[in-house]
Amino acid sequence: MAETLLQIRNLRIEATAYPPGEPPQDIVIVDDVSLTLEKGRVLGLIGESGAGKSTIGLSALAYGRGGVRITGGEILLNGRDLRKLRPAGMRAARGREVTYVAQSAAAAFNPAKRLIDQVIETTLQHGLMPRTAAEMRAVELFAKLGLPDPETFGKRYPHQVSGGQLQRAMTAMALCPAPDLVIFDEPTTALDVTTQIDVLAAIKEAIADTGVGALYITHDLAVVAQVSDDIMVLRGGKTVEYGPVRQIIEAPQQDYTRALVSVRGIEHEEKTPTAEPVLSVKGVTARYSGTRFDVLRDISVDLSPGQTLAVVGESGSGKSTLARVITGLLPPSQGEIVVAGRQLSPDLKSRTREDLRELQMIYQMADTAMNPRHTVGTIIGRPLEFYFGLKGAARRKRVQELLDEIEMSEGYIDRYPAELSGGQKQRVCIARALAAKPKMIICDEVTSALDPLVADGILKLLLNLQKIEQVAYLFITHDLATVRAIADSIAVMYQGEVVRYGTKSEVLAPPFDDYTDLLLSSVPEMKLGWLEEVIAHRKMESAGH
Amino acid sequence: MRNIPLSALVGLIITAGFFLAAIFAPWIAPYPLGAAVGGVWKAASASHWLGTDGIGRDVLSRMIWGGRTTIWIATVATILSFGTGATLGFVAAVMGGWVDQTISRFVDLVMSIPSLIFALVVLTVIPPSITVLILVMGFLDATRPFRVARAVAVDITVMDYVEAARLRGEGQLWIIFREVLPNALSPLVAEMGLRFIFQVLLLSTLSFLGLGVQPPLTDWGGIVKENKDGLVYGVTAALYPAVAIASLAISVNLVADWILNRTTSLKGGRGG
Repeated sequence: MAETLLQIRNLRIEATAYPPGEPPQDIVIVDDVSLTLEKGRVLGLIGESGAGKSTIGLSALAYGRGGVRITGGEILLNGRDLRKLRPAGMRAARGREVTYVAQSAAAAFNPAKRLIDQVIETTLQHGLMPRTAAEMRAVELFAKLGLPDPETFGKRYPHQVSGGQLQRAMTAMALCPAPDLVIFDEPTTALDVTTQIDVLAAIKEAIADTGVGALYITHDLAVVAQVSDDIMVLRGGKTVEYGPVRQIIEAPQQDYTRALVSVRGIEHEEKTPTAEPVLSVKGVTARYSGTRFDVLRDISVDLSPGQTLAVVGESGSGKSTLARVITGLLPPSQGEIVVAGRQLSPDLKSRTREDLRELQMIYQMADTAMNPRHTVGTIIGRPLEFYFGLKGAARRKRVQELLDEIEMSEGYIDRYPAELSGGQKQRVCIARALAAKPKMIICDEVTSALDPLVADGILKLLLNLQKIEQVAYLFITHDLATVRAIADSIAVMYQGEVVRYGTKSEVLAPPFDDYTDLLLSSVPEMKLGWLEEVIAHRKMESAGH
Repeated sequence: MRNIPLSALVGLIITAGFFLAAIFAPWIAPYPLGAAVGGVWKAASASHWLGTDGIGRDVLSRMIWGGRTTIWIATVATILSFGTGATLGFVAAVMGGWVDQTISRFVDLVMSIPSLIFALVVLTVIPPSITVLILVMGFLDATRPFRVARAVAVDITVMDYVEAARLRGEGQLWIIFREVLPNALSPLVAEMGLRFIFQVLLLSTLSFLGLGVQPPLTDWGGIVKENKDGLVYGVTAALYPAVAIASLAISVNLVADWILNRTTSLKGGRGG
């Protein structure tokens, strides 16, 4: 029996909410959660946003973020209850026995200091080893985490390294004082899939080598299945299911866990492209004014009526810029956009109202895509009034019909966006786009900011609406699972060019080009040992070459 | 109107008191504005609550009549300065480019001249009437609301919902008044409370210097000017306008703070 490192018993965490115009209320964020972590093992905490997973993670540091109070239970780290420690005792434990890796490394590093100074700061602060020894340990960790030029890597500043490297540098920072426990708070969520897999492999190897215990927090079950020994599924601050990783993935007991495991199980029959596309992008090249770099180079894609074209790529591949060119926000330097047989003016200002109506847009962040001072009725009703001249009762009736279509029937029409959940907000944005009766809708990463189950609901809704309204989607995403679920055709973009384009079955069938292969094999799969397989496969390939 | 905090309630009552006194001055003021009704520089008494001034006029009556002039001019000037300033600020932010550059640089030019001196020069050339005063004060002060409105609107125009409105084909007027304005209102309201007080102070300064409201009309600045000599003999008539200005300033800002608190909350606030 291994030694117990962290034991949390009946943890209860509360915060005070201040709803305007009402007296403050205490809300329970974490309710009666217990867990045990042994030395050298990894426990995955998984749940959607608001499930309390980060709050539990931080409680192992005896820390509550932004007015959050730990009001009950015990947090035993190495047998001592952290809640009973004085502030000085907590300071001694933090950074020495337990360390933390944050989600956004770019925001967590001080841009004015060299990486090495920040990586060894905690170690020096606690007087664990002299500076030279700490620097040597940091270099060792850099090498172990697969960072390039480990000897000189630390001399760089945060802006001089990539996001994936920065995340690994932060892992090195957490491991440097040789802690007993590391808390990883969504360490790969902000990274591209192709980067995520490297960071994931590096973290897993470093955990195994150093024998440190870890809490791994994420919303992606496929990711956590690769690195953890045990998994705890959380929802609304309560434990839903807690068990070994194999049991959770292969034999989930609870309905909620089953839903998480089978997420993205959407079946979609591929449609063959028709002769006359609703949108045709012909040889488009574009650059932002004042720059000398073409963000898009010679892009040509077609979208058939009532079908879905998925544009896939990592951040910086130019996929969102393509949307800006199509909508007219960024006139291209070459090439043309044809919608429904009419060539569109490159500039938004000289497009007719009819051109604008045919082409609607749904944004990634539904929060900022709706005016917070307008009601749902105004948000959806405005396009009706603007394009079709609907007013008063007729307009309200049509808004209600649209709300029925997005499955938000009763009592939403007079609400403000702030009174809706994330998924509902995105649904209202969909209704606003549909209100214009467009021929096509550009969906820019519409599910990226949503929890998996909610995102699933949105995708199903979009597919359903496509059947009813015969609207075409240009679906911009970095998530290949989404693409598999809904696309008819796929365009893979890399560094401003389309590297692979065709129907879904063509694009997803071998032989692959190098980039598509890398992209496809990097998407985490919901099975054990997937990470090892991919890494082994890649090593074999590079050895073979 | 439930749950008004105490500070806002106090502010609301005092502000309302001042405005009501201004509106109903003809009925409230015990004596006419210009009538000499008692001895010279008499102390407070039952018939003259705040005493009398240098030529035997009732100070309380003059305070009420003067307050009417002060509040009226300051209110209209504030509305004028906010109307022009905020509209131009929104136009500059939404249109951008050379429109923004032209308006912004012109405003910089106006702001580089201290507005009191600018006003003094203008009012020396043009004989001051109430209309002229309002126009001068309103336009000179429009530079501040312009800066605030532009700064706030620039942040709002980059939001996705403004882009969505542009993609829909909405005109500039819709974008300015329906997308930007409701979201810019709370900082503007806070600024408005502050600017109203500055208008009161500017008007009082001008009147004290003799370039503001002209006799036989009077305002709070004018009352200070008329009674400043009395201070030497221990007559406090000149201090009442100061007290009035200070309490008006504080109470208006208490109300502005409360409105700001209510409207910044996107969940509960319906004020926008």
